[in-house]
Amino acid sequence: MSLFTSTVGRKIIMAITGQLMVLFVIVHLLGNSSIFIGPNGINAYAEHLHSLGPLVWVFRLIMLVLVSLHGWFGIQLTLENKAAATTTYAVNRKLKASFAGENMIWTGLIVLAFIVYHLLHFTARVTPDIVAGTDAAGRYDVYTMVVSSFQHGAIALIYIVAMIALLLHLFHGIQSFFQTMGWNSERSQCRITTGGRVVAAILGLGYIAIPVSILIGILNK
Amino acid sequence: MSEHKTMTLTLNVWRQKGPNAPGKFETYTAKGITEHHSFLEMIDVVNEDLIKAGKDPIVFDHDCREGICGMCSQVINGVPHGGQERTTVCQLHMRKFKDGDTIYIEPWRAAAFPILKDLIVDRSAYDTITQAGGYTSCHTGGVPDGNALLVPKGVADYAMDAAECIGCGACAAGCPNSSAMLFTSAKVAQLAVLPQGQAEAKKRVTSMVDAMQECGFGNCSNHYECQAVCPKGINVKFIAKLNREYLKAQF
Ligand code: HEM
Ligand code: SF4
Ligand code: FES
Repeated sequence: MSLFTSTVGRKIIMAITGQLMVLFVIVHLLGNSSIFIGPNGINAYAEHLHSLGPLVWVFRLIMLVLVSLHGWFGIQLTLENKAAATTTYAVNRKLKASFAGENMIWTGLIVLAFIVYHLLHFTARVTPDIVAGTDAAGRYDVYTMVVSSFQHGAIALIYIVAMIALLLHLFHGIQSFFQTMGWNSERSQCRITTGGRVVAAILGLGYIAIPVSILIGILNK
Repeated sequence: MSEHKTMTLTLNVWRQKGPNAPGKFETYTAKGITEHHSFLEMIDVVNEDLIKAGKDPIVFDHDCREGICGMCSQVINGVPHGGQERTTVCQLHMRKFKDGDTIYIEPWRAAAFPILKDLIVDRSAYDTITQAGGYTSCHTGGVPDGNALLVPKGVADYAMDAAECIGCGACAAGCPNSSAMLFTSAKVAQLAVLPQGQAEAKKRVTSMVDAMQECGFGNCSNHYECQAVCPKGINVKFIAKLNREYLKAQF
């Protein structure tokens, strides 16, 4: 069986695609943090990204491939796992398996739904809450757009819930990546698990900080 | 504690007449159990009562009763082998329970381990995996000199830790995905580090992984439940080793 059909091969593909997405999530958070500098920060950052032209599309295509492969195999493997464990125990006590680990498919699907919404929201900008305009320097005013949107409690809540799902996904996912790649040992296992959880928490809470800062008025128009 | 103090326990045991029969829990009372009874001896006591009453005894697998054969296979209160660290069912003692306890006893549950009767499952899927590559091919003949093939102590210890697996099946039974990765990885890792096993390492890992999948076991999600329930404490580092070997075999 090939890498694309075998049980271990497909996990390796999931691990690589998942970890590349983690790298994206790190860079994206760093970029987004420029909102704390104010309109000059994030508007300049956005304009810089858009000036990359065709590279933006190359990048988007790569992301699409990563999400598709990862999501497809994630659903496929989960269905196989359910079929392999058809009967459940009357008493089911787990000594080690965690909530985050056992719900990867649900947190993954929440993140997938969120990605669709997020692209329609801030990339295609087709949702009714969007405030489009330009700032004093003539750039697209990302700052005002984001702040106006997140001042709607419901929209901020969608983002917060999705980022909690991402946090849980990576809480299990980052250490899982190292195990699937075989990049660990008995000695490093514990540190990798703790390190992965810390990174997941920093990423999740980092993203959540933006809608929360807007809701409580630290960032405003 | 007094030698004569006995316990009375309520058992909810999975009874199933055959592979295709529906199966259900039956409740029994275990009387006169002392802290010195092993778990299997406790069931022996119940079975004697059942036989005397003209009823079908509870059918369960066992052989050595000293924790080395891997036959005893029961999920006790939701945990394969009962949840005492590095302990098989036969080595679990009733001093871990107290008078009046209610205990649930179920067979291994995994699509690849069909139930034959009551608590006995067919674990030949593990044999199928082993037959796919859990061996080394060599010419027989004169016995080689003991020191003809040097194996460093660290490597020998590593292989020995992996070789401790008794093939009991608890890893797949405890796994939320019914994955056989811990068992398979123990064999793959043991042979991959030894000079005798290295020649066939690539073929072994791919064949055994394929066999595992074909037997109907699930995929490993790195929950590590297997290590927690393994009576021999087989470490999930061997799964990482299998993954490394699998990647190597791609090139
Ligand atoms: C598109 C929607 C997604 C779905 C349906 C999904 C689903 C899954 C599932 C089911 C697993 C566990 C696979 C298993 O162990 O059996 C998993 C693992 C993982 N996911 Fe996702 N996921 C999604 C998005 C993401 C995103 C956006 C990231 C990163 C930012 C990510 C990172 C990871 C990582 C690192 C792993 C661990 C891989 C491994 O076990 O080696 N996932 N995903
Ligand atoms: S790895 Fe442990 S739980 Fe799995 S078969 Fe071997 S001894 Fe049993
Ligand atoms: S009966 Fe042999 S290990 Fe339990």
